[in-house]
Amino acid sequence: MSDLTPLIEQAQAEIASCGDLPALDEVRVRWLGKKGQLTEQLKSLGTLSAAERPAAGQRINDAKEAVQAAIDKRRAALEKAEVDRALAAGTIDVTLPGRGEERGGLHPVTKARLRIEQLFRRAGFEVASGPEIEDDFHNFEALNIPPNHPARAMHDTFYFPDGRLLRTHTSPVQIRAMLEHGAPLALIAPGRVYRCDYDMTHSPMFHQLEGLVVDERISFANMKAALHGFLQAYFERDLAMRLRPSYFPFTEPSAEVDMSCVFCEGRGCKVCKQTGWLEISGCGMVHPNVLQASGVDPERYTGYAFGMGIDRLAMLRYGLNDLRLAFENDLRFLRQFRAF
Amino acid sequence: MRIPYSWLADWVELPWNARELGSRLTMSGFEVEAIEPAAPAFSGVVVAEILSAERHPQADKLQVCRVAFGEAEPVQIVCGAANARAGLKCALAVVGAKLPGDIDIKPARLRGVESFGMLTSARELGLAESSSGILELPPEAPVGQPLREYLDLDDEVLEIAVTPNRGDAMSVLGIAREVAVLLGGTLGAIPDLPASTDGLDSTGSARGGTSSAQDRLAVHLEAPAACPSFAGCIIRDVNNRAPTPIWLRERLRRSGVRSISPVVDVTNYIMLELGQPMHAYDLAKLRGEIRVRHAHSGEAITLLDGRSIKAEPDVLFITDREGPVGVAGVMGGERTAVSADTRDVFFEGAFFAPEAVIGRARRWGLVTDASQRFERGVDPSLQQRAVERATSLLRSIAGGAVGPVTLVQSVEHLPQRKAVSLRRSQLERLLGLRLPDERVATVLTALKMQVVSTAHGWEAMAPPHRFDIAIEADLIEEVARIVGFEAISEADARGPHRFRSLTEERASEHVMLEALAMRGYEEAITFAFVDPALQAQLFPDQAVLMLVNPIASDLSAMRLSLWPGLLRCALENQRRQQDRIRLFEHGARFIPEGRRTREVDSIAGIAVGPRLPEQWGLAREVRVPVDFFDVKSDLEALLTATGERDAFIFEAAADGLTCLHPGRSARIMRGGRAVGWLGELHPSLVKSMDFTYPPVLFELEVAALAVRRPHYHEISRFPQVRRDLAVVLDESIPLSALAERVTLVAASLLQTFRVFDVYRGPGIESGRKSVALGLIFQDISRTLTDDDVERLIASIVADLRVTLNARIRE
Repeated sequence: MSDLTPLIEQAQAEIASCGDLPALDEVRVRWLGKKGQLTEQLKSLGTLSAAERPAAGQRINDAKEAVQAAIDKRRAALEKAEVDRALAAGTIDVTLPGRGEERGGLHPVTKARLRIEQLFRRAGFEVASGPEIEDDFHNFEALNIPPNHPARAMHDTFYFPDGRLLRTHTSPVQIRAMLEHGAPLALIAPGRVYRCDYDMTHSPMFHQLEGLVVDERISFANMKAALHGFLQAYFERDLAMRLRPSYFPFTEPSAEVDMSCVFCEGRGCKVCKQTGWLEISGCGMVHPNVLQASGVDPERYTGYAFGMGIDRLAMLRYGLNDLRLAFENDLRFLRQFRAF
Repeated sequence: MRIPYSWLADWVELPWNARELGSRLTMSGFEVEAIEPAAPAFSGVVVAEILSAERHPQADKLQVCRVAFGEAEPVQIVCGAANARAGLKCALAVVGAKLPGDIDIKPARLRGVESFGMLTSARELGLAESSSGILELPPEAPVGQPLREYLDLDDEVLEIAVTPNRGDAMSVLGIAREVAVLLGGTLGAIPDLPASTDGLDSTGSARGGTSSAQDRLAVHLEAPAACPSFAGCIIRDVNNRAPTPIWLRERLRRSGVRSISPVVDVTNYIMLELGQPMHAYDLAKLRGEIRVRHAHSGEAITLLDGRSIKAEPDVLFITDREGPVGVAGVMGGERTAVSADTRDVFFEGAFFAPEAVIGRARRWGLVTDASQRFERGVDPSLQQRAVERATSLLRSIAGGAVGPVTLVQSVEHLPQRKAVSLRRSQLERLLGLRLPDERVATVLTALKMQVVSTAHGWEAMAPPHRFDIAIEADLIEEVARIVGFEAISEADARGPHRFRSLTEERASEHVMLEALAMRGYEEAITFAFVDPALQAQLFPDQAVLMLVNPIASDLSAMRLSLWPGLLRCALENQRRQQDRIRLFEHGARFIPEGRRTREVDSIAGIAVGPRLPEQWGLAREVRVPVDFFDVKSDLEALLTATGERDAFIFEAAADGLTCLHPGRSARIMRGGRAVGWLGELHPSLVKSMDFTYPPVLFELEVAALAVRRPHYHEISRFPQVRRDLAVVLDESIPLSALAERVTLVAASLLQTFRVFDVYRGPGIESGRKSVALGLIFQDISRTLTDDDVERLIASIVADLRVTLNARIRE
C-alpha cells in the first residue's frame, strides 16, 4: 500500500483554500464522503495480506482523522469570520442621541421644599398644610396680632371684599394644628404665602416654611439645636449660626436667625453685604397667648416656632440671584433643574 | 431710625467704635442695618472769616473777598454767593482741597481777577441737598480749624431698625438707655444741651425772661382715657427767621430731618432726642382754649401737608373754639401752622394712649414720626420735661418770653405698670439656661425695673417708658436678650420614638410630580391670582373671588383653574422662541361656593408644539403637533399609578367647558364624580391668544389620585390565545361601548383588550370605521382549546352585530 502522506497534504491544501462553508462541505464529501478518496482507500485493504491489514487500516483511519480535524478547524474559523462580518455590518454610531421623549424636571423651589420636608420628616416632624385663603382670626388675631397692631403694617396683606385675606405667612397652620391635634406635636407646614409687594427681592407670592414643636419640656436651647441641625443638614456643611433678639407678636423671646454666609464662609461678600451673615429665619418660643388661643395649656406646655423662606433656601442652594426669575417659568431656566 | 454716633456719645460714655456699638446693639435686639459716614469725604476745608467783600470790577454778581483762614496772610477769593459779606464766618476750600464729586480746588482767574480757593455751600460739601449761598458759621467758630473737626464730620450714623414693641427706644434717650445696660450700668441724668445755648441751667430750664405767669392757655382733657397728660407753654416774641445753629441743623440732618425754622427744628430735635413728639401752634391763629376730644362723625380738618381728611368718632382731635387744630398723635392742622412770620408760639407735649392713635394715620395713608411713636407708646412721665427743654432751646435760638409750663393730667387715666412675677423655674424651663439669681436681678434692675425677690423668683415692675412688659414671658425675654442668646447652649430635645401610620392611599407628592417630569414636562410655579379678562374668556359666567388690593389689575382674580397661569407661561415661552412647550403645575385653585371658597388641590398641564423633541429617525413625530391622545397617554401614566386605571372614565361632554374644542375634550370621571378635564384649546382661543400650535390642556384634582393598594392576583399557568378582530361600526360609537360589549361577553376569559388600528377609507362605507382589536384569552384553571376560542369569538361577533350593528371585516 502506498504512503498516504501526499494525499493528506493534498486534502489539507484544499481545505485551507476553502473560502466559505459550502466549499468546505464539498471538500469534505470529496475526501471523507462515501465515495471520498480516503474512503476509497479502505476498499484496497482487501488486496492486502491478513498480516498487513491492521497496520494499513490504522494508517487510513489516522489519515481520515487528520483530514477531519483540518475540516473542523477550518469550519470554526469560517463561522467566526461570518459572525465578525455580520457584526461589522451591524455596527451603529453610539454617539447619536437616544430616541423618544426627553425628561422634564421639577421647579427648584419644589426641589428645595421636598428636600426640606424629607429632612424634617427624618427628624420626627410631621408635614402639615392649611388653606391659603384665611380669616383674620387665624392669620392675625390668634397669633397675638390684634387689629391695628403695628406688626400688621409689616404684612402687606391682600384682602377680599368680605374681610378674608390671603395668608401672609404659614403661621396660621400653627393655630389650626394645635386646635386640631393639641399638644404634644412637632410639625412643619410649607406653603405659598402672599404679600402685596413686588420688586427685585419681593414676589407677591412666595413660599414659607413654618415649624412648630410643643411639648412639656421644650426650651429655647432645643430650638437652637433644631435650627442649627437643620441648616447644617440642608447645606451639607458646618455652618455658624447666631440668634439675634427680635420681635414677633406670636413668640417670646423672639429671634432672627443668621447663618454664616455660604458663599464666602463668613468672610464677607456681595451676597451677605459684607457682614458674613445671612438672615435665614425668624423664630421664638410660642407666646403664651398663642398657646391659649389654640387650646394648649401654657403652664403645662412650652414650644418653639420658626418660619423661613423656602425660596431663599432654594436660591442659596441653587445659586439663583433674582426671586422674580423663579416665577417667570422660562423654559431655559426650568430646564436647568432636571437633575433629581 | 437714624442715630448719630456723636449724639449718643453725649449721653453715654462709649468704649466702642461705631462698628462695635452696631454689633452690640444688633445682638441685643436693635438691628443696625447700616452705618454711614455723617458726611462724604472731602479735605482742605477750614473755618474762615471774610475780612472784606468788594464788588468785582467786571461782574455784578461776583464779589472779591479777602479771607482769613488761620495763615499769616489772608487769601483773595472771588465768590458769587449773595450772602458773602465782611465779618461772616464761613467754610473755605483752600487750593489743593478735594471736594465731594471729585472736585479739585485750583487757583483760578474769574473775569480777570485771581481767586485762591472757594467759599463753599452746604450742598457742595454734601451737607445738604440744596442750599442758597455759602455755608454760614457762628461768630465763635475758630478761624483756621479744619471744618471736619469743627463740625465733627467724621462722625458716623447708625441706621437702627426698632421693632414695633419698643417705642421707648425710638430716640437718642432710648438707645442710650439700652447701651448703658449693655455696658453693665444704668443711664444717668439727662445731659445738658450742647454749647451756644447760653442762659440755660444744667437741667435745661430757662432762667429769667419769662412773661407773665398768667400767660397761659387753658387745656381741657375731655377724653382723659385717650389723652391723660398734656403739657403746654406759651412763648412770645420769637424770631422765627433766626438761623438755627449749625450743630442743631447737623444733628437733624444726620437724623434724616430737614431744617425748616427754629420753632419746627426745636420740636423735631426734642422728639429725636427724648422720643416725645411735640407740636407747635402759631398762638395768633389759635382761637380760645384747647380741648382734647374725640371727633364728631365726619368732622373735617385740613392737615399741615395740605390734605383734607374726614374723621370718625374714634379719632382724637385737638381743638380750639373754632374746631380741630390737629389730629392727636398724627399731624397738626394747617389753620394754626407755624410760619416764618410766627411770633407767638404754643408748644404742645402730650401723651396720647396707643389705643387712641393706633391705625388712625394709616387710614389716610399717613405714617408720621409722631404716629409711629404714639402707636408704640411714649413715656407718659416725659411731657413736662420735654416742653421745658423745647422752650429753653427755642429761647436760646430765637429769643422770646417764656410763660409757665402748664401740665394738665388725669392721673387715674395714666398707664399703670403692674408688678409681674418671674419664676426661677419657668426662666430655666423656657430658655434651657440656668442663671445665678443676682444676674437676673441685676439685668432687670439695670432696665429700670423695680425688682423684689420672692420665694419662687422675682416680682418686677416696668418703668413708665416700657409698654411691652405685661407677662412673665416678657421678663424672660428681657433677661435672655441682655444676657445674650449666645449664652444658651444648643440641646437636642429628647422625645419618645412614636410611630404614626403612613397611609398608602395618598400618592406621594414627589412621585406624582416625577411621573409628569419623566414624561417631559417642566414644573412651573405661577401666581394664584390671574388676569380676570383672560379667566373670563376661559370660564365665562363663573363666580370669581377678586382681590380688593391687587398689585396690578391683571393679577386681581383668584384662579379658578391652573390654566390661565399655564397658558400665559406657554405664550411667554412661545415669545421666547420655544416652539415645544410642556409645563405642569401643582397648586390650589379657588372655587367660590356661597360665602366660602373651596381650595382644590390640583395638578394641571399644558402641551404645545411637536409631539416629540426634534431628533433623528422619527421624522413624523417631530413634525406633527401634539394631540389629545399624546397628552392622554401622559395623563394615563399618572392614572395608572393609582392602581386603578380603569376606574377613570373619559367621557365626551356635550355640555363641556367652552374653552375647549367641543369635539376634542373629555371630562374625567372617577367613581361617578367629575375629577378633571382633558382637551384641546378651543380653536377660536388658539387664534385670539396667538398660539402657533393648538395647546392641549389637562387638569385633575389631586384627591382623585387616591391609590388603591395593589393586591396580588394569581397568574395563570396555562397558555394564552390571541385572536384579532376587525370590527366595522358606525363612527358615532365610541371605543368604550365596544370594549364594554366585548368585556361583557368574554367575561373572565378575556385577559387583554387592545386596539391596534382604527381605519377609515376604501373598503369601508362612509360614516363607518374599522377598529382592529387584539384579544388575548386565558383561563386560570385549564388550557383553552381552539373550539373554546372559536365559540367565544362567535358569540362576541354575534353580540356586536346585534348590539352595535357591527360587522366583521375579513
